Amino acid sequence: MSSLHWAVFAPFLLAIFVPTFYKRFRSIHTGWLILGLPILLFVYFLQFISITKGGNTFTASATWIPSLEIGIDFYVDGLGLLFALLITGIGSLVILYSIYYLSKEKEKLNQFYVYLLLFMGAMLGVVLSDNLIVLYMFWEFTSLSSFLLIGYWNDRDRSRYGAQKSLLITVLGGLGMFGGFIILSFMGGTFSIRELVAQSDTLINHPLFIPALLLVLLGAFTKSAQFPFHIWLPGAMEAPTPVSAYLHSATMVKAGIYLVARLSPVFAESGVWLWVVSVVGLVTLFWGSFTAVKQTDLKSLLAYSTVSQLGLIMSLLGLGAAALHYEDLDDNIYMAATVAAIFHLINHATFKGSLFMAAGIVDHETGTRDIRKLGGLMPFMPITFTITVIGGFSMAGLPPFNGFLSKEMFFTGMIHTLQLDIFNMETWGLLFPVVAWVASVFTFIYSMILVFKTFTGKAQLEKLEKKPHEAPIGMLISPVILVSLVIIFGFFPNLLSSTLIEPAVASIQPTLTSHDFHVHISFWHGWTTELWMTIGVVILGTLLTLTLTKWIPIYKVFPEKYTLNKVYDGILSLLDQWTNQLNKKVITGSIRSYLIYIFSFFFLILVYALFIKDAFHIDLTNLAPIGIYELVLVLAMVIGAISIIFAKSRLTSIIILGAVGYTVSLFFVLFRAPDLALTQLVIETISVALFLLCFYHLPKLASRSEERITFRLNNALVSIGVGIVVTLVALSAHSQKLFNPISDYYLENAYKEAGGKNVVNVILVDFRGMDTMFEIAVLGIAALGIFAMIRLRLTRRNKES
Amino acid sequence: MKNDLILQTVTKVVVFIILLFSVSIFFGGHYSPGGGFVGGLLTAAAIVLLLLAYDIKTVAKLIPVDYKLVVATGLLISTLTVAGAMFFDVPMMTHAYQYFDIPILGHTSLHTAVLFDLGVYLVVVGVTMTIIQTIGEDE
Repeated sequence: MSSLHWAVFAPFLLAIFVPTFYKRFRSIHTGWLILGLPILLFVYFLQFISITKGGNTFTASATWIPSLEIGIDFYVDGLGLLFALLITGIGSLVILYSIYYLSKEKEKLNQFYVYLLLFMGAMLGVVLSDNLIVLYMFWEFTSLSSFLLIGYWNDRDRSRYGAQKSLLITVLGGLGMFGGFIILSFMGGTFSIRELVAQSDTLINHPLFIPALLLVLLGAFTKSAQFPFHIWLPGAMEAPTPVSAYLHSATMVKAGIYLVARLSPVFAESGVWLWVVSVVGLVTLFWGSFTAVKQTDLKSLLAYSTVSQLGLIMSLLGLGAAALHYEDLDDNIYMAATVAAIFHLINHATFKGSLFMAAGIVDHETGTRDIRKLGGLMPFMPITFTITVIGGFSMAGLPPFNGFLSKEMFFTGMIHTLQLDIFNMETWGLLFPVVAWVASVFTFIYSMILVFKTFTGKAQLEKLEKKPHEAPIGMLISPVILVSLVIIFGFFPNLLSSTLIEPAVASIQPTLTSHDFHVHISFWHGWTTELWMTIGVVILGTLLTLTLTKWIPIYKVFPEKYTLNKVYDGILSLLDQWTNQLNKKVITGSIRSYLIYIFSFFFLILVYALFIKDAFHIDLTNLAPIGIYELVLVLAMVIGAISIIFAKSRLTSIIILGAVGYTVSLFFVLFRAPDLALTQLVIETISVALFLLCFYHLPKLASRSEERITFRLNNALVSIGVGIVVTLVALSAHSQKLFNPISDYYLENAYKEAGGKNVVNVILVDFRGMDTMFEIAVLGIAALGIFAMIRLRLTRRNKES
Repeated sequence: MKNDLILQTVTKVVVFIILLFSVSIFFGGHYSPGGGFVGGLLTAAAIVLLLLAYDIKTVAKLIPVDYKLVVATGLLISTLTVAGAMFFDVPMMTHAYQYFDIPILGHTSLHTAVLFDLGVYLVVVGVTMTIIQTIGEDE
């Protein structure tokens, strides 16, 4: 256990004590008591910058399941550190914000902070784990804690629905990813990510490479809300706003991004990776920004905007994979895509976090998040307005904020796809910058809607539940810090480049040397194509925003019926229906149908076995001669057995059954088994007597009138089939005796060893006496069972009467 | 009320014959067909004959035995026989027999397998009678 282990597990440990804090210190908001931990962790992780800056890494391992080679191995490199700082940094701000957002009296704070700490620890574990299994464990911890946080107000229907949806989708992806991890470790023979990265050259030729790749991507796409799995994210907006700000904008949804970045060195050689990641990213980018425009709820708008921004980062990571194919170039332009992805990742965390907090403030101070009811809030909430303007403009990609820089770098990356000449990129490459540009226009529009529809125009105070006023200072601290970062990173982007971005890019593309991308991060001026594209975005975006009411009806072209949410609901209800129908069809409750299943299966499996093993043989050499007595007895039995089926009255059936039983005992006589004959005779008498007893007690109902067994073709076929197959098996078994029976031993030794002359009895009580012992136990149980059933029924009847 | 005099008189004679036969079959089990199982069934048959000739209460008074206890006793005897071998440092279920000169019976072998069979006998009697009695008393 190193200090790193303590750091990752500290949130879990603290979570144990949160309920005690909550109960013991009721006068203090529980958030204050745990705020120290993320700050401490943030400071702790800041120390690692000096390590990763020089391209070094820090590892720490602890044993967990050594026999399976699963150890809790943590690994700090540029990428892991960047995420760890985001998680702890924004975590501190979110906890500070939640202290003012959540009421001490009304909310179940003990639960809230337990879930939040669980999430924080799990997220740290995800980004720092080197072992795939440990990563998966923490990954599912994030899904679980996110589920608990979304359903925090569990008395609301929509919270429960959103929580269930997010759990189903992320766990679906998580399980797929687990499968991918297993395949990956199977291919590489190790669970360690670093060792897999080292083997990436050989892994790509493995036949299971593509399935592993797709499964891992399924996990990443569901977690990071990529198209078409993005639908859980808007549903997750039912969570308290601090949760939305933390999980669903800055950290958890970036776990998929992290995974893609982390495993890029393993998979990125493949063209499939490049295409799937970048195309899914672009589709998500476009669809998210397109859908965000029509939202009327502030948080839904931000949710779709998050979806779109995550798609942007994802597409950049996909394009960054192309860098591996152009190692010779002096100026590796595709590297710029990865740099842009990392830079935008940081920027998005800052501005989206602040925007969510601002939306939370608006909700908190006005009582609604509906854009149609809001407007003209600027005079009431000037600070929140400033925050939103800075965050919104940064999101739209306007100078001088950091969003502008990352948007320019994004355009650079997309324009460079035109020069790609691998994986058929030259034919479809043109679509990339075009889609990216159109999506940016929509991004601009919804950012403007967010800022201006909420804060400018005419105030509709009569529609609001409360009279709006500025939030308390404590609630404003966190978003103000975040927007300050937006501005600082906008003016001094190189503050981050050498400390965080370069080490992170180096860990995404470890095969490339690090001097290639110094230039791009500082190069952000000049009259380039990208700048003209941004200017185009601003002009067209402004025009479209001003004429919004004219063209907004195009969203009506796609009716609600065909949205992906309806597809999700439809799939769920279809599954429900199908399983119900299947159950109704198969689990009929009728014993007859179950018997038909059992016997049909019995028949099929035996015929299949006979056929596949070529086991059917008839050997006529070793047969005994058939005497006249056997013939007569067999005839009697066959006639008896057949007439049971066709007997009209039950009484006849019982008597014939007795006759068959007595014939069997005659057979035992004939085959020289006197003990069996004796026993069979007595037992048959008793069982016939019991049958007659049952018969006598049958209720006298009109519906139970005596009639023949009704003929059913299924039943006839099944019973004939079973009879035939058992006969075939018996014949084959008799024809293929492999060993001499051991009965000679018994015959020789019954008197010598056991002092008895009746071999059957000697076997029963001596050689194989154990069987007898348990058989008498069975008899005893049967007797007690009958006794209990009849007596219990009597007492129940007495009680009823 | 019917007069069952003939049946009852015949029963009085026959029951003892059946019982003797069942005892004979039980003890002869190791050398000739028979043994605890058939012996037990025949003893039960004798009691059933009594039940047929008289009624349940009379027979219960005649043979004041709780047959569930008989089952338990039989199981206990068998299990102890099986487990008893372990006290002599041999595997379970190892039987021992020896010839003894016994007054009246003369040169006879005594065999622990008979004890085991006695357990079987008691269980079979107990089980059969429990079932028949329970069903018979049920209304």
